[in-house]
Order: sequence, then C-alpha cells, then structure tokens
Amino acid sequence: MSTMTADEILSIEERYPQVFRRPAYKRYGPLLLVAGTMLYLVYAMWFFSLPQVLRESHWERLPLFLTQWISYDLQPEFRLDQPEITPKYPRFSALGDNPNPDWVIKNPDGTFTVQIDGPAKSVTFDKTLATITAHGQTVHVSLTSGKPLVEGQVPDWITAHDDEVVARMGFVGEVRVTVDRVKVRKRFLGWANFVFDTRSPFFGKPAGEVISLIASGPELKPGTSNLALAADNIWNNAQWQHGDVWTKLLQTIVMAFLGTLLGGIVAFPLAFFAARNITPSGALGQVLKRFFDFMRSVDMLIWALFFTRAFGPGPLAGSAAIFFTEIGTLGKVYSEGLENIDDKPREGIKSTGANGLLVQRYGVMPEVIPIFISQTLYQWESNTRGATIIGAVGAGGIGLKLWEAMRTNSNWANVFYMVLLILMVVFIFDNISNLLRRRLSRTIHDYNRIQARQG
Amino acid sequence: MLSSKPVRLPSAANGEIEKGGAQGVALFASPIMTLSVPAPSGTPNAMADAWRRQTSLRRLYTVLGVGLLLAAMFGSMWFADEANAGHFFDRLPHLLDFLSWLVPKDWNDVWRALFDIASPHDTGTQEFNFPLGRVYVWGAFYVPEYFELMLITVNVALVSTFVGFIFAVPFSFIAARNLTPHPALRLVVKRFMELLRAFPEIVIAGLFAAIVSIGPIAAIIAIGLHSIGALGKLFYEINENIDMRAEEGLHAVGANWFERVRFADLPQVLPNFVSYTLLRVEINVRASTIIGAVGGGGIGEELKLSISRGFGAKTLALVLLLFTTIFIIDQFSAWLRRKLVGEQAFMMGA
Repeated sequence: MSTMTADEILSIEERYPQVFRRPAYKRYGPLLLVAGTMLYLVYAMWFFSLPQVLRESHWERLPLFLTQWISYDLQPEFRLDQPEITPKYPRFSALGDNPNPDWVIKNPDGTFTVQIDGPAKSVTFDKTLATITAHGQTVHVSLTSGKPLVEGQVPDWITAHDDEVVARMGFVGEVRVTVDRVKVRKRFLGWANFVFDTRSPFFGKPAGEVISLIASGPELKPGTSNLALAADNIWNNAQWQHGDVWTKLLQTIVMAFLGTLLGGIVAFPLAFFAARNITPSGALGQVLKRFFDFMRSVDMLIWALFFTRAFGPGPLAGSAAIFFTEIGTLGKVYSEGLENIDDKPREGIKSTGANGLLVQRYGVMPEVIPIFISQTLYQWESNTRGATIIGAVGAGGIGLKLWEAMRTNSNWANVFYMVLLILMVVFIFDNISNLLRRRLSRTIHDYNRIQARQG
Repeated sequence: MLSSKPVRLPSAANGEIEKGGAQGVALFASPIMTLSVPAPSGTPNAMADAWRRQTSLRRLYTVLGVGLLLAAMFGSMWFADEANAGHFFDRLPHLLDFLSWLVPKDWNDVWRALFDIASPHDTGTQEFNFPLGRVYVWGAFYVPEYFELMLITVNVALVSTFVGFIFAVPFSFIAARNLTPHPALRLVVKRFMELLRAFPEIVIAGLFAAIVSIGPIAAIIAIGLHSIGALGKLFYEINENIDMRAEEGLHAVGANWFERVRFADLPQVLPNFVSYTLLRVEINVRASTIIGAVGGGGIGEELKLSISRGFGAKTLALVLLLFTTIFIIDQFSAWLRRKLVGEQAFMMGA
C-alpha cells in the first residue's frame, strides 16, 4: 500500500477517535481468542499424544497403499531346492489356473529369466547364481555358500540381509533371493480381471473375440446363450463382486431416499402443529419442538445401532435410522419455514370463512411448499453421503462392504472401485438436487417478485 | 383484499395469462381464488378457460409427480425389505424386544455406569464394573471412563473443525468468483474441495488407521479433510455475495491480494464464517461419534460394543451422556450464532 505521512495519520486519528480508541475488550478480544485457540491446540496435542502417534506411524505405507488402488501385482515363486526349477503362483493369482506369462522365460541352458520391466530390469538365475539387472547395473548373487552372497559392491537399491537379498526396482516390483527360492513381485498398472474372473470361459480373451463369441459364437455352456453367460460371469465376478457391490450401492441409495422421504411425510403435518404462528396450542408446539430436538440429538448412529438390533442388519435398519433422524431435522426446518411466512394470505382465506384445513392449504402451503421441497432435497443429498457411513455399523448398504475391504489392508483396488462408484452417485445426486433446487428457487424468486410488484 | 396474494391476473385485457411470472405460483393456487377474483373487463370466458387449462395441466403434473414418487417409495420399501436380514412385518411385533434387555434391573446402575461407581450386581463380567478405563487426574480424583470417551469424541470434533476452518478460509477466497487471484486456480481449488466433500470419510479414516494406527488421529484426519470441503463451499458462497466497495477502495490505493482479503473482505465475512463453523462443530460431533463406532475410538465405539453385547444399563448411560452433550452443544452453538449474525443464521441453506 502507498505510505502516509505521520501528519496524515494523526489527522485521520483525530477525525475518527472511535475507530482508534476502542474499549479494551474489543481491542484485546481477538488476541485473547487466538491465544485461547492456541492453548486449546496445545492441550489437544497432549490429549491425543500427537508427537508419539506421529513418531510411531508408518507413512511409508501411504504411497504403497495408494499405488495398490490403481495397480495389481503378480508374485511368482521359484523353488530352488527341488530337482527342477518350476514357477509357482499363489492361489487365486490374477493369471488363472494356467499361468504362462511371456515375461517368465525358460532359457535353453536351464536358467530362468524373469523380466520385471523388460530386459533392463530383470533377474536370471539357476540353482547356483542369480544375476539381477536394474538401474543400469548388473549384480551377481552367489547361492552356493548356504547364504546369498552379493559379489562385489552392494548398490543402494539392494538390501543384503543375512539370509535374503532384496532388490527394489521401484514401482514395477522387486526380487527377493534366498538360497532355496527366488521370489518376484511384478506390478502392473490397472485393475486385474475387472470384467471376467479366472473361472470364466471368456477369461483372457481379447475384447474383439469376446464380442464375436457373444454375437455369433457356439454356445460355451450348453443351454445358455453366450450373452447370458457373459452377463452372469460379469455379475458374479469373484474378485470384484460386481453384483454384490452394485446391489449394496443401490441399498445405500434406497436408504437415503426412503429415510428422507418418509421423514418428510411425517414431519410435514407435525410442523404445522409445531410452528408458533399456526399451532392450535402453544404447549403442543413446545412439546413437538422438543420432540424434534430429541430425534435429532439421539444421533443417526444410535438409531442405526438400535434398528440393526431390532430389524437385523440390512437397509431396513438404515432407512429407519435416517427416517427417525430426519423427522427431527425436517420437522425443525419445516416449522422454522412456517414461522417465517407472510400472514396476510392466511387472514384473507380465513375472512372468507374457510375452515382450518383450507386455510393451511390455500393460505400457507403455496408459500412454503417450494422451501420445503428445497430443504428436503438438501437433506436427501447429505443423507446419500451419510448413508455410506452408517452402513459400516451394520445398517446395510455399501458401507460395511467398504469397511471390510479396507480392514484386510490388501484389497485397496476394490476399495477404490467402490469409492469411485460412491463419488459417481454423490455427483449425480448432487446435480439432480441442485437442478431441482435451482428451478424451485426460481419459483420462490418469481413469487417474491410478484409480491413486490403488488406492494 | 384477496386479489393481492398469490394469483395475479394480468391487467392487460388481451386475455392471456402471463407466463413465467405466475407459473410456479399457479401450481398451488386454487379454483376458489379464481372465482373470487373479479375478472377485469374484456373476455372473461377466454381468460377463465385459459386459466382452467393451465391449472388442470399443472394438477396433472402434480398428480403424476406424486404418483411417481409414491411408486418409487413403495418400490424401495420392497427392495429394502427383501435385502434386510429380518423382514419388516416379521420383526414388527418384536420391534420393542430390545427394551427387554435395555431396561435395567436396577435403574441406579445407569448412574453407577455413568460415574464409574461399583455396582452390587457385579458378576465379574464387563456388564457393570470397569475400573480399567478410569483416568486419574489428581491423586484419587479420576475422570470416569465414559466422560473421558465423550471428551475424546468432542475433542476430535473440535480439532477437525479447526483444521477445516484453517484451510477453508484461504481456499474460499481463492474459489470465490469475485475475489480469486486467477480463474484457473479457482477451478482447481473448487474441484479439489468438491472431491474432499464427496469422498467417503470412512475410506480416509480406514486408510489412515492403517498408517497412524486405529484411533482418534485417523478420525481427525478424515473429518478434518471433509470439513475443509464442506466449510470451503459455504465460505466461498458467502464471499461471492460480499459488498465489493471496500475491496475496490483498497484496490485503488494499491493494496495487494493478501491486504485486500485481510482488510476489505475478511472483516465482512468473518461473523458468517464463524457461524457456519459453529454449525460444523455440531455436525462434526455426530460424525466423530459415527467414525468412532467403526474404529475411530471415543464414545461411538463403546456404545456399539455395549449395544451388541446387550448391556442395558451401560447403553442407557452412554445414550444419556451422548444425548445431553449433543443437546448442550447444539443449544450453545445456536445461542452463539444468534448473537453473531442474528436470525439470519437459521434461514435457508444454513
């Protein structure tokens, strides 16, 4: 900013004393507030023993987990203590029952070569010697002396333990060598077997072939068309469980929809009895308002736990939990909306001799319905997000599946799949609700404009 | 008198209903009104016909809409019932069965559980006594376990709201259309906040539980990240509605972006920011209870265990404590918000 001279500052100070000489509490209030917050944060750090937790945390796992979201690995193992070296793949490997990948090469001289990233990052071994190539270097590991021994200098990407030599090759994987086995982990970008799992007859076939099979191929399983078979195989994919995931996702959506809608239906008439200006008796209004407060304060979690106990786990419990919470929330917003209406239309209708119900219908509802719908849509939107989380305590929906997939710490790709689906659903529903609310607010706006024009 | 409200017939005598303006209102208008509105001179029949056509069309749409909604509702009810472990009508007679374990044999056990006092009904199980969770503060003075757990939950909510506030304030000034330093930056920040908002908290909690160990820190990170997105959105919407004259004044004397935000914009929006943050505290207390139930620690976890084991007195004590705390926090924050920004804090979209 441009600087002022001392005289100018003084003259401003004289002209506006109230700005420069404020009472002490106003001058020091913000400072005290900041100091208080700082003190609280120090207390919170001590309370949660933050330094200790951070010291003991494993941040190196974060990139590992995040890469697992979008990649998968294959882990062939080669036993060296058997008469013949053969690759062994773990059960349920992404390659299926007959793995014969082109990056595992059996050389004519009896050695094996595993290319982790082409020939540049690879390992070649027999029972006596393993040759690891990576980062432009070649390292020989001798296996004859009962321990794996690295010949020459050990580069920094190799860790030589007493009984195992580990060669890290970055994202693409790693090689672990002991005297009796060589273990390779090769990482691929993408999701393995996303469409067909290894049991499917369509497994491993290129897309064109699958399409031609479905369109005009011979029946792979007698009695069912190839299209039905393919659909069945996709739906029941054992690794990705598309069918289960989508059903659970639909449950989550249904929970939010049903809970919000029923909550709105119940809260709507109650709100009229709770609103200060409409209620037939003030005492009833107060009782209803406290009832709404109660329903809201007994938290969605508590309702979810109770209804899971009452109905058994599933979307019914979740819907009921959202329903009960929503009676409180929507009842509160509805009655506040009713208290803010213009009383003139009601008086007008009343003066024609209309009965109580008609007064509400024609004197009140035209004013509040757009606001009610808008608030309900807003709650629906936020419940769609909230329904995921109460699912995790057993109230149905995708939450529990998500939580179980996470607890194993190995299914991060599945977790990411479900997260993407949830994000998609939230995105779509946000947009629908926004669109509807924008149209409604236009209605409200028009209404205000008409009122203003008529004075 | 009557003609003053919702339905406005055009004064022009060409007999055409004004489209646009009266459209939304006509949806809820009634035939009674049409009758009592004195028709302007001109062609009353044509007008009445047009009016009738329009209302009947609107009524048809309303009926169709409500019908569709009801169909969707019953469809979802059926679906939810099919997918549930127990079915609605089978379970309905047993709905209140849980009261049988919930109602304690001795009501004093609720107080005993709450304040961690030894119960005469103790059988060695965890149903009644649990001195292990006591937190000794000073000599023999201890905080009962449940109050300690409640404190964890409230502290998680407060710290994560603070995290949300600290990051949301600068983000909101970047994301506001009228204040942004650069439109491209605005888009990036807006999308980022949208992602934070929509990303399921439970996944972040689970991810960080594997990194910083299960417990309140993971919950703070999850709820904090979510709060950044949620508060950021509310904040930048406030920012877009500020009075730009102070900003222009500072611009004229050559203030840079930080100075403008600090001296022209922040003072205008701070009361509203604080009001929304208080609202967020209320939401976050609930969120941290739920995250607690799925492994974030705090009172949620204890409540879930207590209900699943069927400990009536303990469950009641926990529910009572949780309910009271949430109620107090809600009322206090409502009172503070009313002082800060007046009734406006309770209007739409709050």
